[in-house]
Amino acid sequence: MSASTPVVELKQITKRFPGIVANDSISLTLHKGEIHALLGENGAGKSTLMNILFGLYQPDEGSIEIGGKPVKIDNPNKAIKLGIGMVHQHFKLVQPFTVTENIILGMEPKKGVNIDYKSASAQVAKLSEQYGLRVNPDDKIQDISVGMQQRVEIMKTLFRGADILIFDEPTAVLTPQEIEELMAIMRRLVAEGKSIILITHKLKEIMEISDRVTIIRRGKVIDTVDTDKTNPNELAEKMVGRSVSFEIDKTEPNIGPAILQLNDVKMTSKDGVALLNGLNLEVKAGEIVGIAGVDGNGQTELIEAITGLRKIDSGSIKAGGKEIANLSARKIAESGVGHIPEDRHKHGLVLDFSVSENLVLKTYYQAPYSKGSFLNRNAIDEHAQELVGKYDVRTPGIETKVRSMSGGNQQKAIIAREIEMNPELLIAAQPTRGLDVGAIESVHRQLIEQRDMGKAVLLVSFELQEIMNVSDRIAVIFEGRIVGEVLPQNTNDQELGLMMAGCWDQGGQPVE
Amino acid sequence: MKKTLKLSLVMLLAFTMILAGCGNNKPANNSGSSTEGGSTEASSGDNTASTKSNAKIGLVTDIGGVNDKSFNQSAWEALEALNSESGIEHKYLQSGSSADYIPNLNQFVQGGYDLTWAIGFDLGDATKQVADANPNAKLAIIDSVVDAPNVQSVTFAENEGSFLVGVVAGLTTKTNKIGFIGGAESPVIKRFEVGFIAGVKAANPDATVTPTYAGAYDKPDIGKSLASQLYDSGADIIFPAAGQTGNGVFNEATARNKAGGATKVWVIGVDKDQSLEFGDEVTLTSMMKRVDVAVKTITQEVIDGKFEGGKITTLTLKDDGVGLPETSKANLSQEVLDKVEEYKQKIISGEITVPAE
Amino acid sequence: MNKWRKIFLSDNIIVPLVAILLGLLVGAAVMLIGGYNPIDAYRFLIKRVVGTPYDFGETIRQITPLIFTGLSVAFAFRSGLFNIGADGQVLIGMTASTAVALSWSGLPSWLLVPLSVIAGGLAGGLWASIAGYLKAKRGINEVITTIMLNWTALYFSNYVIRHFYLLKGQNRSEDIGASATMTFLGSTFSNARVHWGTVIALLAAVFFFVYLWKTKQGYEMRAVGLNSKAAEYAGMNVGTNVVKAMFISGVFAGLAGTFEVIGVFHYQSVFAASPGYGFDGIAVALLGMNHPFGVVLSAILYGVLTYGSAGMSFGAGVPPELIKIVIGSIIFFIAAQGIVRFVLKPFYLKRKKEKVM
Repeated sequence: MSASTPVVELKQITKRFPGIVANDSISLTLHKGEIHALLGENGAGKSTLMNILFGLYQPDEGSIEIGGKPVKIDNPNKAIKLGIGMVHQHFKLVQPFTVTENIILGMEPKKGVNIDYKSASAQVAKLSEQYGLRVNPDDKIQDISVGMQQRVEIMKTLFRGADILIFDEPTAVLTPQEIEELMAIMRRLVAEGKSIILITHKLKEIMEISDRVTIIRRGKVIDTVDTDKTNPNELAEKMVGRSVSFEIDKTEPNIGPAILQLNDVKMTSKDGVALLNGLNLEVKAGEIVGIAGVDGNGQTELIEAITGLRKIDSGSIKAGGKEIANLSARKIAESGVGHIPEDRHKHGLVLDFSVSENLVLKTYYQAPYSKGSFLNRNAIDEHAQELVGKYDVRTPGIETKVRSMSGGNQQKAIIAREIEMNPELLIAAQPTRGLDVGAIESVHRQLIEQRDMGKAVLLVSFELQEIMNVSDRIAVIFEGRIVGEVLPQNTNDQELGLMMAGCWDQGGQPVE
Repeated sequence: MKKTLKLSLVMLLAFTMILAGCGNNKPANNSGSSTEGGSTEASSGDNTASTKSNAKIGLVTDIGGVNDKSFNQSAWEALEALNSESGIEHKYLQSGSSADYIPNLNQFVQGGYDLTWAIGFDLGDATKQVADANPNAKLAIIDSVVDAPNVQSVTFAENEGSFLVGVVAGLTTKTNKIGFIGGAESPVIKRFEVGFIAGVKAANPDATVTPTYAGAYDKPDIGKSLASQLYDSGADIIFPAAGQTGNGVFNEATARNKAGGATKVWVIGVDKDQSLEFGDEVTLTSMMKRVDVAVKTITQEVIDGKFEGGKITTLTLKDDGVGLPETSKANLSQEVLDKVEEYKQKIISGEITVPAE
Repeated sequence: MNKWRKIFLSDNIIVPLVAILLGLLVGAAVMLIGGYNPIDAYRFLIKRVVGTPYDFGETIRQITPLIFTGLSVAFAFRSGLFNIGADGQVLIGMTASTAVALSWSGLPSWLLVPLSVIAGGLAGGLWASIAGYLKAKRGINEVITTIMLNWTALYFSNYVIRHFYLLKGQNRSEDIGASATMTFLGSTFSNARVHWGTVIALLAAVFFFVYLWKTKQGYEMRAVGLNSKAAEYAGMNVGTNVVKAMFISGVFAGLAGTFEVIGVFHYQSVFAASPGYGFDGIAVALLGMNHPFGVVLSAILYGVLTYGSAGMSFGAGVPPELIKIVIGSIIFFIAAQGIVRFVLKPFYLKRKKEKVM
């Protein structure tokens, strides 16, 4: 960190939208070689501020200085010219194109009228090496992992000569290993003289990598602090506006009979790859079992098998003692299995349905929501009104389309719907993905509440911290099998990490 | 029930009124012009040229429309000619679908027109219905026979004319392969097809005719692709009887000749003298169907007050209702023309009976 | 009262109205450039539609099949399906109705008419279900299958009519008996071809609304249409819903065909090409924003423009080609709402500012 002129200086930026002040005279400075975290809840105004810096919005008041010179950024091309690059949360890549083709898209090096792929490819390879990105320039986007795709996005900005990189929630889509690697890349970038603004609401990452943190709440800067002079609790409090407990108050579990029993479950993909490879698992009443594992080791398929969304080839799945393998999704739900799905937009909600319609997505055909062939609007609306209050779903009204609600409130609506069906087994897949600290806390509390009421809870998450904090028992999944079970109080990140990588017999001691 | 129905009708009406309001107000404010007058200047032609007759003649085309370069156009041109000769008032309505025939005919009949022309076989049913409902109106139809006391029907012996162009084709072909493209399978087009085949066979027993159908009268693109197939399979002459669809055949043939293929390809025109439109280089001859003569004759009868309702006229070779145009000389040798004349006389004398179906 | 005000000032009403206005203005400009008087043209358009009871009746006749096919396309769309095959379903509905009406012409009217209607609807529905089944079981895109089935339907219908019910020497089926027709109020509309199908079309729109928004099955269909993955997750059977939605969509289209036969023509033509009802239905559904009542309104608009266009031609002499441009521009503006919203933007901004204050 140098004390000279900051590379970016935002001065008193104000941006109003109809009915709301998104940014209220926000000031922020970014120094050369600094990683500056921007922390705030969903909807606090982080994205608006960065969109202003990237030229997508114009501020109503305030000014921007780049390298000490006042500038007016009225479109992204200008921002790119000024050396600003943005790594979006949702990648903007052409799937069937190669890495090189994606990177040069829009500014292809020419040799006559032809695109000079050779030199482009060489340039990409050089960049990759310089920053330790380890990307193969000739791979197609559709063939590489999410983490690699993100690196392509980073290279796109570097290729355009960016010195100031904005990362928008970069870890939301990554596995723990990929997060580690991304951190290393970011360190490398600043070491090479780049400056980074990191938008996130994950405190752990901020503590680990950032130099300074600016906390925004409701469009206002609450504080800017040096990372090494603060702690997660203080940051969370500043972000949410009240004290947040990370320590989850859990009493000893009161474990009852087995609710969910999977025995030697096998599932193969169309092209014969084993997705579930003789999986055994048991979840008892009154306990939360966490499934830890690297993405793609059968978590999704496990949930689809239990909930009836995908057929298994062999084995047995029992819920409450009853065989449910390969029954229809509806039969399984009716036999007492609740499911908070992994992807709430894709599976959990019909985004263009109203809140009240979404809250009866699984029960609309039952009394009192239907009478004969007809829906009973009054009952549906009453139900919605009750749940919105009970689960604190913040929405302008029950007729609002869920598409316009924030992620946290969407998730609350799903959880309300699933818990209200009073299932004996609740499956929660990535229940806190993309949520802010306050919302995460409330989701965790609800899972524990269910467990205390004597329900069985199966939690699948890529967030190791979440698994460690919430679960009573941890099962590690690797290549379609449960390779070991541990108690959270008897293990640590390192041991779990090794088990998740398939090296469990060297590191940990399996419980069974 | 009745009440609600009335109510809904009123609402319909109101809605259309709103539309009317939208349409009328805005442009009126902009242009400031009067809404009266100027309504007849467009298609009713110049009224001042001659005042010999003030008869009002209407014409309803089939789906082809008055620019089909075929019989609709032929009929319309006859009325245009009469307009400049005797100053009749004339107007046409183009039918967008078969459901439009009746309302379009009614538009003229109920508008007090002295004669309403229905052009095309497809209008037969509609003409019959309108004629029966309006016994005082005068109508006339081309290509179909309508049994009503106030309708004159004109049909043509297309088989005879087609026979003659078949003779031409049979004598001209070098590959002994000839194509026929029909619009749609209907009795009228069938007459073209069988007459043509008979003519080819009579003049050149070795030649074969491949009949195909485009399925539409208004699809030049289909005509072009069918022609391309036929020429590719070795045919060097195609006779399209398919209205506008035939324009695509001319287009294909012209393109091929320009590209300089091994064999020169020809098209035989239909209904009108199409060499005037597409040129002698590609139009071997045409099977003229003198729709214009029929339209002119019967319209003149109405002007003169001599309209004979219920009459059915079949125009044959003898009446010069069908036949080859003068311009055919450009491409045909005297030998061929003599042969054509010989067959013509045989048909007229009854020595040859040309099949019709 | 306030609620009504809100509804009328909402985007859903203002934007289409402004779109119509813009379309009429552009149409007027085109006519001015072409040398025609747009005020006259629009005046004659309205006159043609509401001028006489006959024309008004015929306009209703024109609108009726548009409501049916519009509902058909809109219903499928609400269930996440793009039914391009309404045209084929119309033909199949026609054919089934014709077959029933001609085969059992001895039955009394009270039995024959309902039987014929049911046959038409059912046949259209089953025909559409083929595409639904292929999508549900084999994952074949319904756009492709419905387009292909259009052709199958065209040739199949023509085959049936030609081989079993052809009126000799004509290009159509025999006339269906009076016992199988369902015209009504004919005298009120001076013998315009008004029929009960219009009432049934309006009832169909009500059914559409109630079914989709008030019943369990409709809820499922909308869920499947908006997010089939979520529907599957919620335990709904996506495949069954797809087939069911296509069936109902096809019933609407089939009924359009039924009433064209037993209400309007009283016979079935052999179609040279696809009659185009289904494609008009796509435009109507789009204009009506896939809402049943919107479809009724847009069908009225579309029907008024189509039927009234002959008035522009008759009264103001605007040629059919230009009329197509005028109608096209109106539809363009409604479909391209983004442009309208852009035009309206200054007004909206003003309104919002007022609200903030």
